[in-house]
Amino acid sequence: MDGMAHFLATLLTMLRDVLPIAAILFGFQALVLRRKIKDPARVAMGMVFVLLGLTLFLEGLETALFPIGRLMAQQLTAPEFIYDSAAAAAGPIHWLDFIWIYVFAAAIGFATTVAEPALIAVAIKANQVSGGTITVRGLRFAVAFGVAIGVAVGAFRIVTGTPLHWFIISGYVVVIIQTISAPRLIIPLAYDSGGVTTSTVTVPLVAALGLGLAETIPGRSPVLDGFGLIAFASLFPIIAVMGYAQIGEWRANRLKRRIEQK
Amino acid sequence: MHPADNPLVSHPRKPGRFRVIWHKTRKAAEPLTDSALALVPIILVIAFFQLLVLKQPIPQMGKMLWGLLQVLLGLALFVRGLQMALFPIGEEMAYNFVRKGNLWWLLVFAFALGFGTTVAEPALIAISDEAARIAASGQVIASSAEAQQSYAIGLRLTVALAVGIALVVGVFRILKGWPVQYLIIGGYFGVVIMTFFAPPEIIGIAYDSGGVTTSTVTVPLVAALGIGLASTIHGRDPLIDGFGLIAFASLTPMIFVMAFGMLY
Repeated sequence: MDGMAHFLATLLTMLRDVLPIAAILFGFQALVLRRKIKDPARVAMGMVFVLLGLTLFLEGLETALFPIGRLMAQQLTAPEFIYDSAAAAAGPIHWLDFIWIYVFAAAIGFATTVAEPALIAVAIKANQVSGGTITVRGLRFAVAFGVAIGVAVGAFRIVTGTPLHWFIISGYVVVIIQTISAPRLIIPLAYDSGGVTTSTVTVPLVAALGLGLAETIPGRSPVLDGFGLIAFASLFPIIAVMGYAQIGEWRANRLKRRIEQK
Repeated sequence: MHPADNPLVSHPRKPGRFRVIWHKTRKAAEPLTDSALALVPIILVIAFFQLLVLKQPIPQMGKMLWGLLQVLLGLALFVRGLQMALFPIGEEMAYNFVRKGNLWWLLVFAFALGFGTTVAEPALIAISDEAARIAASGQVIASSAEAQQSYAIGLRLTVALAVGIALVVGVFRILKGWPVQYLIIGGYFGVVIMTFFAPPEIIGIAYDSGGVTTSTVTVPLVAALGIGLASTIHGRDPLIDGFGLIAFASLTPMIFVMAFGMLY
């Protein structure tokens, strides 16, 4: 069975990733803390679930989504598709010729982020810690919205060729301004959601889009311009999550004022 | 009189057997329905672009459905495993470290966790090999295989060191109760200043290296560790002090990688 062999190979890679982590955890637990773990059978079972779950998840992505996603990124960035719809192959490139790419970038950024396991983990924790005020789905959608905008802006940057750091620095300025005015409770969580958005699902598809785009557009180099989309995908969610909290707070205040007036 | 026969007390109607079974199945299938909902957007996006924009049929429908089923099961298992293993371990260890009361061991643990989980991260290995190729083609280093390999390993160690240090500083912040934004905004200034001095080829990689370091297994552990510490230590709030470790761990690699690009 070819599929089975492939599955086992993925499982082994996963195991190689998890082993050092397990060694650190159990090493410290046994040698430094010298305490027994509570309910070791349940923990061991949970580790097996994590390992098997991630393996199945990656296998499934490799079978079902990555090939077609990469193919679509290639097809949408291929010169035939772009210039056929714009009917201006010879003239200088115009950023509006790439409109479908921005739409695709935003859509794929949103969709992959919603399915990102690390984000689900953080959302579950945030929901528990906040006593249910922050909902798992609300946080995931806010982050996914941020990634959507981020990847679309990143694609626009590759098309226009503006230097990456101007966008990132402006993003930082927005984050700093929001940090001053956003509700204090959301700030650490917003920062963290920037770091978790880009892992298993998002990176392969977004990177394929960036590299395809940099190859198609004359004057862009895949090595210089193909990178950087992931940086956008981890900056914009911070803005989106703080914005989400700010809008929530603003609406609550407005409601309070109305009630006071009556 | 038996309380159930008292006409003055209204009793909720006993749900029928079918209702009970339906409710139980729904409860048991919750992880699966949740993962199914997570996949709906991807399926819609792919279907829309493939059928309406690119105007092509979906290739290999059967294989695709099989893969989606795997993704579905895998996600449900992962979420279950999170709650059984990764979250409890992270929180229990945080609690035990606080009880032990030894700051140095806690910081050593934070460093080991950050360094150890990052140095073997596949996404990082891929990106540092790519960076070595770029450096060789830009004649920053000799194009021999050994030179490229030592560059790639140097880069990997740099990023792992950055994540290790980030967790040490981040854990120390939780103990002290410093607001997270001082660290993060300080880090932003570090990134901006370094950007003006670092060689241009390294900037894109440096910015991306921040995003790839935090893997799916590390994130839940680190989040649980931070929240565990913040809820065990008196006077810390889990929401304000517990989060922020991951953010800092994805910021320091940018600064360190740019420094690496300048020194190498």
